[in-house]
Amino acid sequence: MVTSPDTSVAARARYEPVIGLEVHVQLLTVTKIFCSCSTRFGEPPNTNVCPVCLGMPGALPVLNRKSVEFAVLAAMALNCRVNETSIFARKNYFYPDLPKGYQISQYDKPLAEFGFIEIKTNGGGSKKIGITRLHLEEDAGKSLHEGFPDAAEKTAIDLNRSGVPLIEIVSEPDISSPDEAYDYLTRLKEIILYTGVSDCNMEEGSLRCDANVSVRPRGQKQFGTKTEVKNVNSFRFIRQALEYEIERQIDVLEAGGMISQETRLYNANQGKTYAMRSKEQAHDYRYFPEPDLLPLVVDEKWKAQIAERLPELPEARRARMVREYGITEYDAGVLTATKNLADQFEEAAAAAKNPKRVANLVQSELLGRLKAKGLEIEQSPISMKGVALSADLVESGAISGKILKDLYDLCFERNQDFPAVYGKEKPQQITDSSAIEKMIDEVIAINPRQVEQYRAGKKTVMGFFVGQIMKATNGQANPKLVNDLLSKKLE
Amino acid sequence: MDLNTLTIDAVRCAIAEGKTTATRLAESFYAKIEKEDQAIGAYLTISKDRAMAKAAQIDAMAAKGEKLQPLGGVPVGIKDVMVTRGVRTTAGSKVLKNFVPPYDCTAVARMEAAGAVVLGKMNCDEFAMGSSNENSAYKPVHNPRDLTRVPGGSSGGSAAAVASGMAVVTLGSDTGGSIRQPASFCGVVGLMPTYGRVSRYGLIAFASSLDHIGPLAKTVKDAAIVLGTIAGRDPMDSTSADLPVPDYVAELEKPVRSLKLGVAKEYFGEGLDREVRAAIEFAIQKLATLGCEIVPVSLPHTEYAIPTYYLVATAEASSNLARYDGVRYGHRAQSVRSLSDMYERTRDQGFGAEVKRRIMLGTYALSAGYYDAYYLKAQRVRTLLTRDFEEAFKMVDAIVTPTSPTAAFKLGEKTGNPLAMYLADIYTVTADLVGVPGISIPCGETREKLPIGLQILGRHFDEATILRLAHAYEQARKN
Repeated sequence: MVTSPDTSVAARARYEPVIGLEVHVQLLTVTKIFCSCSTRFGEPPNTNVCPVCLGMPGALPVLNRKSVEFAVLAAMALNCRVNETSIFARKNYFYPDLPKGYQISQYDKPLAEFGFIEIKTNGGGSKKIGITRLHLEEDAGKSLHEGFPDAAEKTAIDLNRSGVPLIEIVSEPDISSPDEAYDYLTRLKEIILYTGVSDCNMEEGSLRCDANVSVRPRGQKQFGTKTEVKNVNSFRFIRQALEYEIERQIDVLEAGGMISQETRLYNANQGKTYAMRSKEQAHDYRYFPEPDLLPLVVDEKWKAQIAERLPELPEARRARMVREYGITEYDAGVLTATKNLADQFEEAAAAAKNPKRVANLVQSELLGRLKAKGLEIEQSPISMKGVALSADLVESGAISGKILKDLYDLCFERNQDFPAVYGKEKPQQITDSSAIEKMIDEVIAINPRQVEQYRAGKKTVMGFFVGQIMKATNGQANPKLVNDLLSKKLE
Repeated sequence: MDLNTLTIDAVRCAIAEGKTTATRLAESFYAKIEKEDQAIGAYLTISKDRAMAKAAQIDAMAAKGEKLQPLGGVPVGIKDVMVTRGVRTTAGSKVLKNFVPPYDCTAVARMEAAGAVVLGKMNCDEFAMGSSNENSAYKPVHNPRDLTRVPGGSSGGSAAAVASGMAVVTLGSDTGGSIRQPASFCGVVGLMPTYGRVSRYGLIAFASSLDHIGPLAKTVKDAAIVLGTIAGRDPMDSTSADLPVPDYVAELEKPVRSLKLGVAKEYFGEGLDREVRAAIEFAIQKLATLGCEIVPVSLPHTEYAIPTYYLVATAEASSNLARYDGVRYGHRAQSVRSLSDMYERTRDQGFGAEVKRRIMLGTYALSAGYYDAYYLKAQRVRTLLTRDFEEAFKMVDAIVTPTSPTAAFKLGEKTGNPLAMYLADIYTVTADLVGVPGISIPCGETREKLPIGLQILGRHFDEATILRLAHAYEQARKN
């Protein structure tokens, strides 16, 4: 982080940052918002285009109902009130990648309003960050400055992205630190991913974020003058950009200066924000209702149909998993990191003989190994199905805990899933009861004190004996057989 | 065969009976255009390949004895604001000088699917902005009835071609009167359907909430046939109405007796030419003798229609014309220094004076701090105008007015005075703002033999009634 030497820590503490975030999320519809062109990413330039998304004379937009359903689903997941009637509006400005000279967006009557996201605060409590509005709009194309013959002199335009559906999610200025901003974005992304309406891939631009930030003396009600920070392409950079920008604003104010309301671009290499040239931001977008589209009506019936597709959201799911599987809140968090993983886990657990044992194995055997290897759970060699199989084998006594640990180690070593490794390494179990009986006799003979304890009623000593036998057989004795024989001998 | 009086049914009969072929007919129209259009200037582009291919297809059908479609072999012209795949479409503007669209306007596609032979693209005011056709970036159109006079606008080429027999019917577009006023000036029938009745897909937008496509024809029946062909829901235009399309031709023959006709005093005020007034009053009497009941009505907000129109239309135009930026198609200024230089010079070179004036007016009306006072207020007045008509239509079935306060004026007469030019639309703009259908039919001539038009306005989606009244009047006048 870049800090400024001329502002004291004490001076900084006198100020309070005020942050609001604008997040654009691309919706995963198959076709564009106002025409039937494909939304697929990474196609050759200007191949997914038609008269509508090229802004040809005479072409007209027709709204994609799927994009409305996706936007409504996201709005519901973010606790928004979905307006029965919303209005599309034209946002007018000239830019080469904007084919019509205006973007079809929503302005004074957005699709949804008054939502919130709950984030955790440092003190361990939680805080609601308000969502002012969520609206639908079309994406613009892209200007290309490299990758074609005369790139040195010319700019090329790729309009494949023109007309891809976006939702813009605008937060209230309720965020009071870069950490809170980071947490808000993490939660937001998690929730959107759960709804399945976007892949939130920041590298491909399917999630983009701009931040409005100002500072004010602590205790002051009135907001300070804000700047808008753009061009930030990871949550980490947003935190850094905000940290820098807050410091910068405090420095300016402490030096007796004024903050000018402007758009600033973040340069990740230098860790600094820079003011954009003032000419480019003197925009009057001249919004007016889009005459080519009818008002968008989402009535109660349609809303109810969409609501049926709303999945259990991460927060609620974590709470239920703690309850149902007896795992810690932290581990529930790991298992619900993506909806896919949580679904896999719960599917595997439900199919296993003892769902709780599956959860326990994930918690006690899998997560530690992943951490040691520096792997994310999505990269685990052992799938949830693999964990479930291993749990069943332990449950039935087919393998011991010791063997399971060894097999897990092998899975990580070979980067293979459990069923494959188990199939190959299936341990030769000792099921010869006379051999086991012989070993039991030996163990009983050298541990008279424990035998006495057991016979005096301390049944937990059984575990000690089982452990000794397993040790002696290198874990290969059939646990069920050992238990049965031990009980008989000790009685 | 007299091309000057040829109607749709006459063409179909002649081809069906083997008296001519679609190919021969198209050729004779081209010969006539070659000979006569030099003086008139109705056509901007000839689409001969496309026309002859279609004509050959019709002839093949006729040779097999197949029944011809409603417009089978009928030579038509299309106003150059409707895009035609593979045929240059300019909107009368330099900015689209060499623009060849990759797709067809829905209305044009429906005309061709019904058998029409598209001869070419009709001259018009640039982006349909004008009332005299003098704003065409290419050439003016001369009124066939008096070559020193304008044909009206903006569908001046479409009206002049029908009036001079260089097309049997044409399609025009009407945003503030651009079908009805030139129809009136050239002595032909011009129909503006209800907003939403005909798809706007492929119509180069001037003002999206006001733009309508409609026919210009020699007879009311021809206008009815064309409307029946192009009307109806189009999934490509969200604002096109999903309503059944009546059989307009069958509706023509229904009696007009006891229909109530409104006459609004607001349409007979200052600025109305004496001869025009007399012709309209005579026409109203004629309709009364046909059994229609004449009822005085009031449309009290009429005086605000022109300012309201010029705020809404220019605001939408300022946005609709933003796409002509030199980036993807059309004219691009050469040797530019920067992106903004490219925009500024492309648009400066590409657009004519009237288009620039309207873009500036509209940009101003939408600007921060002015939006409420101008655009928003204009939309509110539009609501008041709509209520005027709703009230009136509780009492009457249609409203009759003059189409234009004067007959055709001289070329150059009003080009120096935009406001005087705007007032030429004083009786037509309200129907565009309200979205009701209107038709202009010839109802007499001035002493100088200039045609006068009678306008009949109807309820939303009730084209059938105004066509029926127009047809009855047309037949009565003939006899």
